[in-house]
Amino acid sequence: MTILIVAEHDHHELKPATRSAVTAATALGGDIHLLITGHGVDKVAQAAAKVQGVTRVRVVDDLAYAHGLPENLAPLLVRIAPDYTTVMAAADSFGKNLLPRVAALLDVAVVSEITQIVDQNTFVRPIYAGNLNATVQTTDAIKVLTVRATSFPAAPDGGVAAIDTLPTTGDAGLSAWLSTEIQPTDRVELSTARVVVSGGRALGSAEQFQQVLAPLAAKLNAALGATRAAVDAGYAPNEWQVGQTGTVVAPDLYIAVGVSGAVQHLAGMKDSRVIVAINHDPDAPIFQWADYGLVADLFETVKELEHNL
Amino acid sequence: MKLLVAIKRVVDYNIKVRPKADGSDVDIATVKMSINPFDEVAVEEALRLREAGIATEIVAVAVGTAQSQDVLRHALAMGVDRAILVETDAVTEPLATAKLLKAVVQREQPQLTLIGKQAIDDDAAETGQMLAALLNVGQGTFASKLELTADRVVVTREISGGQEKVSLPLPAVITTDLRLNEPRYVKLPNLMQAKKKPIETLKSSDLGVDQAPRLKLLRVAEPPARAPGIKVSSVSELLQKLRDEAKVLP
Ligand SMILES: Cc1cc2nc3c(=O)[nH]c(=O)nc-3n(C[C@H](O)[C@H](O)[C@H](O)COP(=O)(O)OP(=O)(O)OC[C@H]3O[C@@H](n4cnc5c(N)ncnc54)[C@H](O)[C@@H]3O)c2cc1C
Repeated sequence: MTILIVAEHDHHELKPATRSAVTAATALGGDIHLLITGHGVDKVAQAAAKVQGVTRVRVVDDLAYAHGLPENLAPLLVRIAPDYTTVMAAADSFGKNLLPRVAALLDVAVVSEITQIVDQNTFVRPIYAGNLNATVQTTDAIKVLTVRATSFPAAPDGGVAAIDTLPTTGDAGLSAWLSTEIQPTDRVELSTARVVVSGGRALGSAEQFQQVLAPLAAKLNAALGATRAAVDAGYAPNEWQVGQTGTVVAPDLYIAVGVSGAVQHLAGMKDSRVIVAINHDPDAPIFQWADYGLVADLFETVKELEHNL
Repeated sequence: MKLLVAIKRVVDYNIKVRPKADGSDVDIATVKMSINPFDEVAVEEALRLREAGIATEIVAVAVGTAQSQDVLRHALAMGVDRAILVETDAVTEPLATAKLLKAVVQREQPQLTLIGKQAIDDDAAETGQMLAALLNVGQGTFASKLELTADRVVVTREISGGQEKVSLPLPAVITTDLRLNEPRYVKLPNLMQAKKKPIETLKSSDLGVDQAPRLKLLRVAEPPARAPGIKVSSVSELLQKLRDEAKVLP
């Protein structure tokens, strides 16, 4: 059994989520190959070869792959997938965009966003915004899986894999990349942060969101998160949204400030190790999930918290 | 320009679902059902494109049981021109749904197909990409903005950490994110009128599509419960707990 993992990277480094997919593949057992696609990917291929558990790195270098367009990558994967029992990627915007397209062309299902591996064909995945877990078994000849990164630790370095190159399938002519805007942040990345400070609609404005939460986040070396209500109201950028439709996080410490605790928000953070909720409504649903709840006005409390750290 | 919008009937997003007593599936027998919120955004976007004079006809299609007529009526009440039900008693997996939708697309020949980026029941986020693959057209997934011209669509996509813009020749498939728009409120008179409008029904078995499930559902269970938490009475007590008990602060 040989597993192919489609790597995500920025042409310099592998995304931590791809390393989590490697850990999941290790649990499945068998040889693990990492596929590196893009343009000018030597450096990231070298880095990929060092990931523990990876036995081979396969490189396809072509401008057509530079921006991860699924229309161009899917034909490549369809060509090489028959050599594999399993094709995997992390369940983030790259993997979720690409693997269903590949699966449809292979006429197989996707088991998406798996959080647990029961055996080689059986997986647990959350449904209904994480309210329930479904255990499903695939019957397809080639398994196509996406992996929830927060459920599997990132594979460390320590390997020495061979690198080989594969021919490109070129530009399919079905799409063109125009631009990418990644929000520059001087803070730790949300999805992998060890501490997250998240704000809800209660913050009241973009200015207050910053004034109240940013100093606390800075002191804790935390990433800032937000509810969808806060994002919709323009208090926080979309990239900060935690939840069913936003980023899934599982930090050591999640501090929810003025967050009611709707299921769609919980879906993105309830696997955090320690959850703190600050809310002035003692009946807010978030308190049912919080390890430590403080019923208080956030505008007084957060400052006090920050000062006493 | 003709648009097709695919919609799904799902458990209403306010409902907290539970597993059946024997853990074999989700218990949805008596709960409130609604149009999948992401699909409602897709319908709204199509209506706005028609109001902007870009689209001329909007066809809504649902794959599901006879009861899915109610979400099609919701789409009619919002303002779509026609509705098609691909009727099946089986729950179709994303691959089978995509194959059934492909058959409808081939019949209707829309320039653009819109569909929610995920359904809030299985949370799979697969059907749009699969449909685009089967049609061999471009896909603009997780769309938060569309700019449509006669022969191309520029899609702003939500990606990890930011946004991306891609340009796709038409026809294409778009999957919609909640950020794309805020769906209009459906007024009661419109709902009453929509009740009288015809819905075309196709039997899924007549479309010559392999709908056999590829996944076997073994078990549905609630996630393990978290240990019950406590309420603290002050910031200093909170800090003490975080340091000494939870050991998440130095
Ligand atoms: C299909 C779908 C997908 C969704 N996806 C997401 C998602 O990914 N992420 C997400 O977060 N939401 C998502 N939502 C929205 C979700 O249902 C809730 O509406 C949202 O999470 C509520 O955000 P909130 O807690 O900031 O706002 P509210 O529910 O308005 O809560 C604000 C809270 O702040 C408290 N508060 C007010 N003032 C103060 C004060 N001075 N001090 C202390 N506390 C105060 C209030 O008591 C209240 O509990 C989704 C919804 C749908 C339908």
